[in-house]
Amino acid sequence: MAQPALASTGEALPRPEGLQGIVADWSSDQRAFKNVPWGKAMMWIFLLSDTFIFSSFLISYMTVRISTTVPWPNPSEVFALTIAGQSIPLILIAIMTFILISSSGTMVLAVNYGYRKDRVKTFVFLLLTAALGATFVGMQAFEWTKLIMEGVRPWGNPWGAPQFGSSFFMITGFHGTHVSFGVLFLIIVAIKVLRGDLDSMRPGFLTGRKGTYEIVETMGLYWHFVDLVWVFIFAVFYLW
Amino acid sequence: MAHAEGQPHPAAGQHHSAAGGQHHIEGQQHPLGIYFKIWGLLFVLSTASYLVDYFHVQGYLRWFLILTFMLLKAGLIVAVFMHMLWERLAIVYAILVPPLLLLVLLGIGALEADYTFFTRGTFFGGEPAAAVHGPAIKGPVQHR
Repeated sequence: MAQPALASTGEALPRPEGLQGIVADWSSDQRAFKNVPWGKAMMWIFLLSDTFIFSSFLISYMTVRISTTVPWPNPSEVFALTIAGQSIPLILIAIMTFILISSSGTMVLAVNYGYRKDRVKTFVFLLLTAALGATFVGMQAFEWTKLIMEGVRPWGNPWGAPQFGSSFFMITGFHGTHVSFGVLFLIIVAIKVLRGDLDSMRPGFLTGRKGTYEIVETMGLYWHFVDLVWVFIFAVFYLW
Repeated sequence: MAHAEGQPHPAAGQHHSAAGGQHHIEGQQHPLGIYFKIWGLLFVLSTASYLVDYFHVQGYLRWFLILTFMLLKAGLIVAVFMHMLWERLAIVYAILVPPLLLLVLLGIGALEADYTFFTRGTFFGGEPAAAVHGPAIKGPVQHR
C-alpha cells in the first residue's frame, strides 16, 4: 500500500474507459479525483474561479470597447518603444510575453526535477522562474509609468476612448498582482526545497501539512495559469 | 497512449527505487524532451502573433490569426505544462467544462454592447454612421 504522505490518494482504482469512467468516478462513495493530490485538486478549483474573474474583466473590456462611439487608441502605437531612433510597435509587450513563456518553461523543469528529488536543480529552476517573473513585473511597472507620464488615467487618455485606461489598469494590474504573489510563493517554495523540507516532510508553518514535492507541481499550476491568462490578455487587449 | 491518466510514466521511479521497496505514485513525471518542444512551439506561436501586428495584417484575417494562435498557445500550456493530457478524465472535465459557460456571458456582453453603441449613436450623435443606421426614434426626440 502507498504511504499516505508520499501519495495522499493511493492507487488508482480500476474503472471503465471514457464517459462511463467519469460516471463511475463521480458516483462512487470515495473521493472523486483519485490519484490527484488534495492540494492539486484545490489549486485547480481555485484556478477555475480565477478563470471566471479574468474572463469577467476581459468580457467587460470587450463590452466597453464595442459600445464606445469614440475611436479606441491603437495599442500597436501606444505600446511602441523607440529603440535606437526607430519606433518598434509593441516591442515591450512582445519581450514581456517571451519572458513569461520562458518562466513557464523553467517552472516545468523545476516540477520535473522536484519529482526526481533533485533538490539543487529544483531550487535553481524555481529561483530562475521567480527572477523571470520579477523581471516581468518590473517591465510592467515601466510600462505603467510610461503610460501615466503620457497622461493615461482610468477616466481618460490623450488618444481616444476613455475606457482604454480603466480596462488597461484593471486587467494588467490584476494580472501583475497575480505575478507578484506568484514570485513571492515561488521564493517560499524554493527555500523549502533547498532546506530539505520536502524530503523530511516537515510540516508547513501555515497549514501544518507535511511537505511533499507535490507542492512544487501545485505551485507550477498557479504559475502556468498566470502565463495562460497573459496569452489571452496579449491577444485580445494588445493585438486586437 | 490516449489516457495514461495518472499512471506513473515508465521513466518514473527509476531514480528512486531505494525507498524501502514500497510502491508509490511519483506524480506527473514525463521526459524533458516534450517540455522543450512545447517551449519552442510557444515561442514560435508568440513570434507569429507578434508578426501579425508588425506587418499590419488587418480585418478578419487578423482576428482569425490572433485567435488561432491564442487558442493554440492556451491549449499547449493547459495540456502539457499543466499536465491535463495525463490527468484522469474526471478532473479534466470538472475543470475544463465549466468555463464554457463564459461563452454565454460573452454572447450577452456582445449583444448588450451593440445595443448600447446604437443607442449612444442615436441619442448623443457621437458617430455619424451609428446615427444614420441607428433605430428610428419616433416622437419628439431632441438630437444634440
